[in-house]
Order: sequence, then structure tokens, then C-alpha cells
Amino acid sequence: MSYIKPKFRHPGLPRNALGITVAEYDGAISTLCAGCGHDSISAAIRNACFLSSIPPHRIAKLSGIGCSSKMPTYFLGKSHGFNSVHGRMPSVATGASLANRDLTYIGVSGDGDTASIGMGQFIHLIRRNVNMTYIVANNGCYGLTKGQDSATADLGSISKSGAANSFDGIDLASLALLQGASFVARSFSGDKEQLEPLFRAAMAHNGFAFIDVVSPCVTFNNHVGSTKSYAQTREHLDVMPLDYVPMRDEIRTQYDAGTSRGVTLHDGSVIQLRKASVDYQTDDRNAAMLAVQEAHDDGRILTGLLFLDPNTQDLNQNLKLAGKPLNELSTDELCPGSKVLNSINEGLR
Amino acid sequence: MKPTDTTDPEYFHKVVDCQYACPAHTPVPFYIRLIAQQRYTDAYLVNWESNVFPGVLGRTCDRPCEPACRRGRVEEEPVAICRLKRVAADFKDDVADRLPKAGPANGKKIALIGGGPSSLTVARDLAPLGFELHLYEGEAKAGGFMRSQIPSFRLPDSVLDEEVGYVLGMGVLTRFNTYIDSMADILTKGYDAVYVGCGAPKGRDLPNLPGRVEADANIHIGINWLANVAFNHTDKIGKKVIVLGGGNTAMDCCRTARRLGGADVKVIVRSPNAEMKASPWEKEDAIHEGIPIIDNHVPREFVLKKGRLVGMNFEKVKAVYHDNGRRELVPTGEELVFFPCDDVLIAIGQENAFPWIEKETGIRFTSWGTPILNDDETLQSTRKEVFFGGDAAFGPKNIITAVAHGHKAAVSIDLFCRGKDPGERPAPHVNLFSQKMGIHEWSYANTPIADKREAVPLVELERALKDRALEVELGFDPETAFIQAERCLNCDAQTVFSHTLCIECDACADICPTSCISFVENGAEDDLRGRLTVPALDTDQDIYVSDTLDTGRVLVKDEDVCLHCGLCAERCPTTAWDMQMFFYNMAKASPDLVEVE
Repeated sequence: MSYIKPKFRHPGLPRNALGITVAEYDGAISTLCAGCGHDSISAAIRNACFLSSIPPHRIAKLSGIGCSSKMPTYFLGKSHGFNSVHGRMPSVATGASLANRDLTYIGVSGDGDTASIGMGQFIHLIRRNVNMTYIVANNGCYGLTKGQDSATADLGSISKSGAANSFDGIDLASLALLQGASFVARSFSGDKEQLEPLFRAAMAHNGFAFIDVVSPCVTFNNHVGSTKSYAQTREHLDVMPLDYVPMRDEIRTQYDAGTSRGVTLHDGSVIQLRKASVDYQTDDRNAAMLAVQEAHDDGRILTGLLFLDPNTQDLNQNLKLAGKPLNELSTDELCPGSKVLNSINEGLR
Repeated sequence: MKPTDTTDPEYFHKVVDCQYACPAHTPVPFYIRLIAQQRYTDAYLVNWESNVFPGVLGRTCDRPCEPACRRGRVEEEPVAICRLKRVAADFKDDVADRLPKAGPANGKKIALIGGGPSSLTVARDLAPLGFELHLYEGEAKAGGFMRSQIPSFRLPDSVLDEEVGYVLGMGVLTRFNTYIDSMADILTKGYDAVYVGCGAPKGRDLPNLPGRVEADANIHIGINWLANVAFNHTDKIGKKVIVLGGGNTAMDCCRTARRLGGADVKVIVRSPNAEMKASPWEKEDAIHEGIPIIDNHVPREFVLKKGRLVGMNFEKVKAVYHDNGRRELVPTGEELVFFPCDDVLIAIGQENAFPWIEKETGIRFTSWGTPILNDDETLQSTRKEVFFGGDAAFGPKNIITAVAHGHKAAVSIDLFCRGKDPGERPAPHVNLFSQKMGIHEWSYANTPIADKREAVPLVELERALKDRALEVELGFDPETAFIQAERCLNCDAQTVFSHTLCIECDACADICPTSCISFVENGAEDDLRGRLTVPALDTDQDIYVSDTLDTGRVLVKDEDVCLHCGLCAERCPTTAWDMQMFFYNMAKASPDLVEVE
């Protein structure tokens, strides 16, 4: 087994606006099973950060416990990171975001870490609208403990041991929609063309961005009868294609009239909905919930940007915190002295 | 694009850049691995089977393999292939027991004209089949231009004697000091076939330059002068020497002159330095020995005083390039430049000369003076039983090309003597087998190391210049050789893809350090090359295209900068990728001359 990725790179690798190549966004070599969907998600996050030219040292990766939560080791080796207690990444993320509102926060969690042990924290993270990208690598099983059904396993899905799941699965995207998340998306680890623009849009979004990514467990949940295998997922995919165009780029790609529609984010960047998704209304929460439900009833997996409120207020804004990150406030700013105190006291007399 | 046909051995052969570039197709990565395992004797034998003179070539080869080496595209410097070959020769044990012996006589008699590398290769390949081989050589020892032109400070006599001896020891009947002056005569001697491997023996001169005749005593044709030095007929030269020419012979001339008393030796060449024919490393060696290379100077006259050569006049030129690619050396209009000298060595090229082949033999020649041959593979002349090879066939090249011709000619001669058509060439020997050892383990050192190429250590300059026979290069020690061997990327460990097993999880594309792998919609080659993760702009390097996958896409792998690290196969959950060792040996008259596992 190779534990080291050779240092050589293609001499013709493209460079981003920072003048660096995608290699600067690499992490350690993965120790997940060969072919794990999570590795594709890692690569898509890496590519998205490279394409959006985010300086690696301005990103923080947060995770809990599980196969999914091991992932941050395997991308962005030069970024900040915090591997928290199982299901408790949301509280760490909330604290981090309050301490330094200027970093880009990427939370990586799994179906166990989010839908079971971390459910209580997850719901409150949505409610507080912490400014972060929250990715669930959803494989419908506990891969780290030999593939038992997880809380997102679909009703009737056959486990590797041969038993059909007798419970209805928790649909995290529906839950996020219901709880008022300002950015909700769903995708598939095997569809980088959709994953990358979604991640870029989510990182540009000012507020809580939730992305549920179906990510097959190649070892315990990739057999016939599983509803989250590569083959089964591909067969039932209902893809809403999209592009992400950052604000600083003029729109170079020319779209034919009627085949594309732009949705502008708060920072001026644009999500271009293409082809099948052109009529989809991303600003209608009720319609989104209906669309997800209808797809589920038809046995389809609807992927793409399900809902977006570009004008939402994130936690820092909601709490009216200082515009400057709290961790950068100096003693003078935090304790302006007796003169100021006196003037405040005077004002209360 | 159509799916790549990997059942055609030429596809994977081309991926092994070094071996593909080698005229004799020496399995380079294979022997380099053996060196890393300290199996020097095995490494030597693998070489010997392909190129017959590993010790000689490990010092003197033109190394077409090194510019081709993939490592040179991944970082700056290629693997030190040539000098690793020398390592195998330096540290091997006695190989005599493992070399083939002459086979039982088959009743066929072959004449070999000239005792150089191509004739010796023909002899080596045919001896085990029982041919009676008569080798004619004008000098007292075999070796040809390896002996007469390559100075012994680059190639010690002992090395050459040893390797020539292995061939002659296979029962070759030698006729030394026998200069053949009539082909018609040879053809009456009842040979079943005749091989002409007499080289391109005529050094070019500057007969029309003013002063040429008058100064003749101090003007020497480079290759003749080198031969005279090699055979101890010449042992000194004037203090000030001008060497004319920019090829490897010029480099050998100037360095030899330095050792025979030349204190002020200059190389003066017509073309710009960058376009000189000499290998870059040979130029470096000359400069290291205090020999300046003066470019853009065209010789105009030999200057004499009191009937004796005192120098030469040169015209300064600059290169002008025309739209059709033609280069013209245009005078700058400055005054002629005078360089004083006592002796001049002319090393401006050499030509084929066959004054000894009579018209009535039916052997016909091109206007260039080279023989008309059936084709590049058979090397058969217009007289069916006469074959040509080495410099004699297509003009001056190098040792490894001569060896490659020898292999081809031996195949032709064998077929011809068995009454078969030499045009129907036997297939190369190929093998392809998986290197999988465990779930994620390969039977070769698959992780490329980051160490840089190191230069071979040299003896002190002062000592080197004092002794013409003292070898300048010391060779790598075993520790350095190991590191240098480990720099090899094992390009013969092929990435073999089975589209039916692929589940398109992208793991290979994600892990590939050099971004060689893409899953894309199929298209025409130009279009496809442009749509890869990193566009495949080097069209000399193939792209490997799979059959259509379940999603309708194809897998495309750009071979250009693949590290052969095996990570694609390690990260593949379904073994759709496998690392398979590809072995390729060009067809020879005697297959399997040595056994190396």
C-alpha cells in the first residue's frame, strides 16, 4: 500500500487567480477503501476551492466522527482543521464562526454523525444559520463498523448481510428545507460536474449551506438490492445541471436563450441553471419540498440546487456582532478604558 | 476515437520511452531494476542479449534513450541510463558460464567484412545456430571504430577486449590484418552469405582550402589521426591545435590532443554552438578539460610562414533561418579572424567508401554512395546473398545503431540461408503479466523517489591529461547507483484497463498525481486531447482510450507524464486497473540467448 502520494505533478497544471495549482489544495493520501465515494467528494472540494481561488490558509475544515469525518485529512492539507467529538461538529463550527467570521468553513459529516448522534446539534446549526458549507457524505450505512443500516438507509434497502431495512430513512434535505436552511442542495459523489459548482456556490453563500451527497460505500453498500450503490444511484438520478460563475468573471459561456437561467448570490456571483432545471424555482421553499417528495415517491433522486435564499442573514449578522472578527479585536477595542465607561455611565444618569 | 488496441505489442512498447528510443530496444527499466537489486550480473546479461557491448556502451553510447526518458518530462533530468549500464558491467561477476556457446555446425558459411560492432553482433547472433563465421578485419584486433576512434581515456582497451572476446570466443574464425580489396574475390569463396560491416571509413577533408597541400604535414584527418593514436603510430602533437568540426569525433580529437602535448587546443565550428552535432555531455567534457569551443567561424585558409603551418584564417558568420526551415550561414562582413596553430585536426564528418566492391558483383549504390538495400529491416542488397549494416549501410551513426543493424541482418541471413523470405520478419518476444502481490501491493518499487540525477565522478584533471590511457570517468559506486536506479519510473509496468470492470467511481482520476486520467465523452482525437483534465498537447505521446463505459463516457489516459506509480490501480475497487509488467525483446536470429528471471 502506498502511503505517500508522489510529489511530481503534471508540468502543465493550470493555475488559478492566486497563481497556484490544484496540488496546493491536496491533502494526505486517503486511507478510506479504494473506490469510496467520499474520496470523490474530497476531490470535488479540493477542485472547488482551487477554482474559486480561496487561499488554503483562509479555510477551516470541521468534522465529527466516521468515515466521512476522516475525509478532511485527505484534502486541503494547508488549511485549518478541527476533528471534533461524534456529532458535535456543529457546536465547534458555531464557535469558530463567531470567533473568526472571515474564514470559509467547510463541515464534513456523515449520515450517522448528522442523522443519528448529531441530530440535535444539526437542527440548531440550521436554525442559527451559521455561515458555513455543511456536507453530508451519505452512504446509508455505518461503514466504519461493518455496514449496519444508518438512519438514512431507505426503506427496503438490502444490507450486505441480506436483511431489508424496515424503517423509513430520514431525508436530510427535506429536514433542512423544513427547518429553514437558506441553501439546500443534493448531489451524487459520482457527478463532479454538478458537485464542484454546488460546492463553489455553497462557499460563496452567506449563511448555512447544506449539501446532502449520496456517496456509495463501496465495501458495505454497493451490492444488488442496495438503494445507494453506484449502479442504483446512477440509474435513478434526476439531475438538474448547473454552472457557477464567480462575480469577477464576466460570463464567458454563452447560453442559448431559454436553456439557462441565472440565480444571483449575495456577492454577485451567479448560479446558472441549465437544460432540465431551467424552469425550477430555487426561491420557493414549498415547491422545493414538494419536488423532493415527488421524486422520492417516483423512486428518483433529485439532485441539484433545491433551494436558495441569497439575502439571508447569517449568525454574525443576526447577533449584530462586530464586522471585524472577534479574534482580531485588540485589548483597546475590547476594553476602551474608563473615559468611555464614564461617558456611558453619564448617558445612563 | 476507437478504443486503444492493447493486444498490439507496439502500443505498450511505445510507452516505454527509453526502450522504444533505443535502436536495439534494450529493456532498460528491467535491467535498471536488477541493478537496484544488486543483481549486476543479471543486469549485464539482459544488456548483453540486446546490445552485445554493455561495458562499451555504458561509457560511449549516444544514449538516444535519455532524451526520451519520461523522467525528463516530469522533472528536469532523465535517469542516468547510460552510466547505470556501466554499473552493471563494472560490478558483474564472471559471466562466461552464462553466455551461449557455438551451436552444432549447420553447414552454412558466412563472411563478415569488417570487425566492428555490427559484424560482431551478426556473429554473436548466428554462432549459436551453428553458422561457420569468417571475420575479416584490416587491423590487428577486432572492434572497428570502437577501437580506432574512441580514445582509451573514454573506453579502456580492457573493456573492449573483454566484450569483443565474448563474441569471438563463440568459435568465430578471425582473419586479422586482412584488408578485403575485392568483393568479387570474396564471392568466389563459396560463402552462403556475406555481411558488409566495414563502417564509413573515409574522413572528410577540405581539399580546396588555400594552403591545404602546402601545410599537409601538419593537417590531419580526425578519424585517421585517432586511429593512429589508438594503434600507437602517433604519440605527440604541436602545442597549439585547432580542431575543425562540431561532432563527437571533434570532441574526441580535441581531448586526445590535450593528452599528446596540445596545451592550447581549440574547437572551431561553423554552426552556432546550440546546433553542434556533438552530444551535450561530450561538449561539457571538452570544456571541462580547458578546451574552448568557438562557434560561427568558417575556415577560409591555412596560413603558412616559411613553408610551415602557423595558423588559420576564419570568416565570422551568423545563422539566418529561412521560412522553409533552411539555415544559411551569412558572413557578418567583419575582417577574417586569425588563430595561430601548429597542427589542425579536421573532424567534419565521414563518408562511405566502397572502392573494393566491383560493379560486376551486381551490388548497386545510391548517389550518396550508400548501398541500395531491399528495405531497412532486411538490409539485403541488390545482390541477394550480400547484406549491409552499421555505418556501411546508411552512413555514419553510432554503435548502438550498428548493433541494431547486426540483429536485423542476422535474422535476414538466417532466413535467407534456410531458403525463406527475409522480408517475413519474426515477431518480437513479448510478455505482459500482473504485478499484483497483495491487495494494494506491487512487485516493483512503485513510489517514485525525488532524488536528483548525479554526475559521474571524474579523476583529477591534471592526472587525466597526463595519461592518455587513464579512464576519465570513475563510474558510480554501488550506493549512488542504487539511488540513480531508483529514479527510474518503471515505465514498463503498464497501466492496463478493463472497461467491463469499471464502476466509474473516479478514484483513479482523483488520486493520479500527474492528472493523467479523465472520464469524458468520446470524440475525435484532437477534440478529445483538448478536453482532458490537463490537455494532452504532446502528440508524440499516445492517449489510451477505453471502450464506452456504462455512463456513455470513455476513460482516457494521457501516457505523457504517467509516473507508473500504480496509485490508480491501488485505488481501484474492482481491479479495472492493473499494473502489468511488459517485456519486449526485438526478434533476433537466436532467441533467448541468456536466461534471466
